[in-house]
Amino acid sequence: MKKASWVIMALVTVVFVVSWIAKSSSYNGETDNYIAQGFLVTFAAFLTLSIMSFLYKDNPFYKFAEHLFVGISAAFWMCMGFWSTIVGNLIPRLSSSLSEWFKVPYIESDYNIAFYVPVVLGILLLMRLSSKRGWLSRWPLAFIVGTTAGLNFIRYLRSDFIKQISATLVPLVVDWQGVGHFFSTFSLSASGQFVAIVTNWVVFLGVFCGLIYFFFSKEHTGAFGRASRVGIWVLMITFGASFGYTVMGRISLLVGRITFLFKDWLEIIG
Amino acid sequence: MTSLIASDHKYDDGDKIDLAWVPSIDDLPRDGLVTAYKIYRITNDGAPVEIAELTPGANSFRDEDRELDSTYSYYVATMSDGPTVESNRTAPMQTEREWLNLDRKFMFLVALILGGAIIYFIETARRGKKLFVRRIAGLEAVDEAIGRATEMGRPILFIPGIHDMDDVQTLAAITILGRVAGQVAEYETKIRMPVARSLVMTAARETIKAAYQTAGHPDAYSDEMVNYVTDEQFGYVAAVDGIMVREKPATVFLLGAFFAESLILAETGNSIGAIQIAGTARPAQLPFFIAACDFTLIGEELFAASAYLSGEPKQLGSLKGQDVGKMIAMIVILIGVLAVTLGDGWGIQVMADLANTLKMIFSGS
Repeated sequence: MKKASWVIMALVTVVFVVSWIAKSSSYNGETDNYIAQGFLVTFAAFLTLSIMSFLYKDNPFYKFAEHLFVGISAAFWMCMGFWSTIVGNLIPRLSSSLSEWFKVPYIESDYNIAFYVPVVLGILLLMRLSSKRGWLSRWPLAFIVGTTAGLNFIRYLRSDFIKQISATLVPLVVDWQGVGHFFSTFSLSASGQFVAIVTNWVVFLGVFCGLIYFFFSKEHTGAFGRASRVGIWVLMITFGASFGYTVMGRISLLVGRITFLFKDWLEIIG
Repeated sequence: MTSLIASDHKYDDGDKIDLAWVPSIDDLPRDGLVTAYKIYRITNDGAPVEIAELTPGANSFRDEDRELDSTYSYYVATMSDGPTVESNRTAPMQTEREWLNLDRKFMFLVALILGGAIIYFIETARRGKKLFVRRIAGLEAVDEAIGRATEMGRPILFIPGIHDMDDVQTLAAITILGRVAGQVAEYETKIRMPVARSLVMTAARETIKAAYQTAGHPDAYSDEMVNYVTDEQFGYVAAVDGIMVREKPATVFLLGAFFAESLILAETGNSIGAIQIAGTARPAQLPFFIAACDFTLIGEELFAASAYLSGEPKQLGSLKGQDVGKMIAMIVILIGVLAVTLGDGWGIQVMADLANTLKMIFSGS
């Protein structure tokens, strides 16, 4: 490691220790475990800044935060899978002796022989670890994929197909009482007749041309190709609006971290 | 009012109860004394709860979203300027779930047509008939991107999203991986695939192994090409970002189900100068891929790409079957919009009836 790296490391260590002492002092009197509380807030700030340092370039602090995050989260999800799904949900519904052993309440009324199916499938899945019986792990995999496909077919057919068609059946002329009436009451108000007509045309053409864009059985040339281009324009405008909307959401997440740094850690803002 | 009858709604999911009654003799179209009918429900012998207030003339009501293991009793109060008159309470009853839910008959019909079209095209493809699928821009870049990585002597990074094998987007990504891995094996390029789900790791290893065997380089395959990182979304992102900046892959594939991590991954890939080919069916993440990646497979293009590259009869047939669905949708929308416009705007009764029929068929029930 270069000399400069050692200097930076030492500097960060000093800042960390000073922050720990300062935070612990500020929590003294508020809580009994003020030293631990001071450490946690300082460590959280250190990890936040370590992750943010990636914006400059890859560095040892980022690597430390990354490896810590990955290691802890992998272990956490494995523990959650075991204690929440197997011990928390399955065992109390299957075995009183195992429930007693794991010290979880046995729910006799929930006992159902069908719960052995996931047990068997789970064991088959673990057969992957065996070089000779590895092929058995394909059965639960096929079960998962097949079941999800079947369940999603109905859900998506309803929400993404049938309901979308029904929502597109809109009149292209709204509240029509003649040309004279249209011009005499012309208004750009959102609740006005003109805007309602334009909105319905946009819905109709947007959906229709969008469907053409996603039609794969015909080459997109000629009039079909032009309609397809209108479709992709509609999609791009929608994506643009969605981009701005989501970025605003992300900014609020950043504000959350900045607030933590300046309020909870540095206590600069009230 | 008299003769209140509560009966289980037949051929449903066991969640509806039909109420019917004979209206009060004071409920007249003109100068009637009845001002409203209030319907009360008693669940499991509990306290009565008012669930609806109906206008005079009403003689039936459907109580929805009921539960199978509860008992229900009802009475109707006839409101007028004078005293309120309550009907007799119906006997406590339970709903029943039937094997067939006829409320969804039209959905079944649509599913049958779509399923039939898909099966027909799968069988057609199996018989060896060539099914046409139009050119997809992003796919032509796949070969180019793999070639670039080979020339530069840098690895290819393949990210299959963060969902498990039960997500059809992950399945499509794994199918495309098969094709990519085949070329990687041929060109003797390196491939790196960090995953967020253990089942995806298993499937990806099998796919790459099969591709290497097909390419005649089984010895070049290593399980280390695919490694599990963590299930945690942002832990995974931190690790993949680290891999990107340290190993500097020449090509990055971001195909599958992505969420808030999409822009972080795509931006990091962009910052290291990698060619990026992305694809997802998550509408909220597509804008980020379009902004930061070189090629993006938008929504169904991801599945079309999977079918196109694999050439499997099942996938091609499914794609063609879905095209039939889109054709049906376009025809219905054209006819329906015309019918609604003429029916509502100009009062043409036949068109209004047609529009109502289409709306009923495509009501989602």
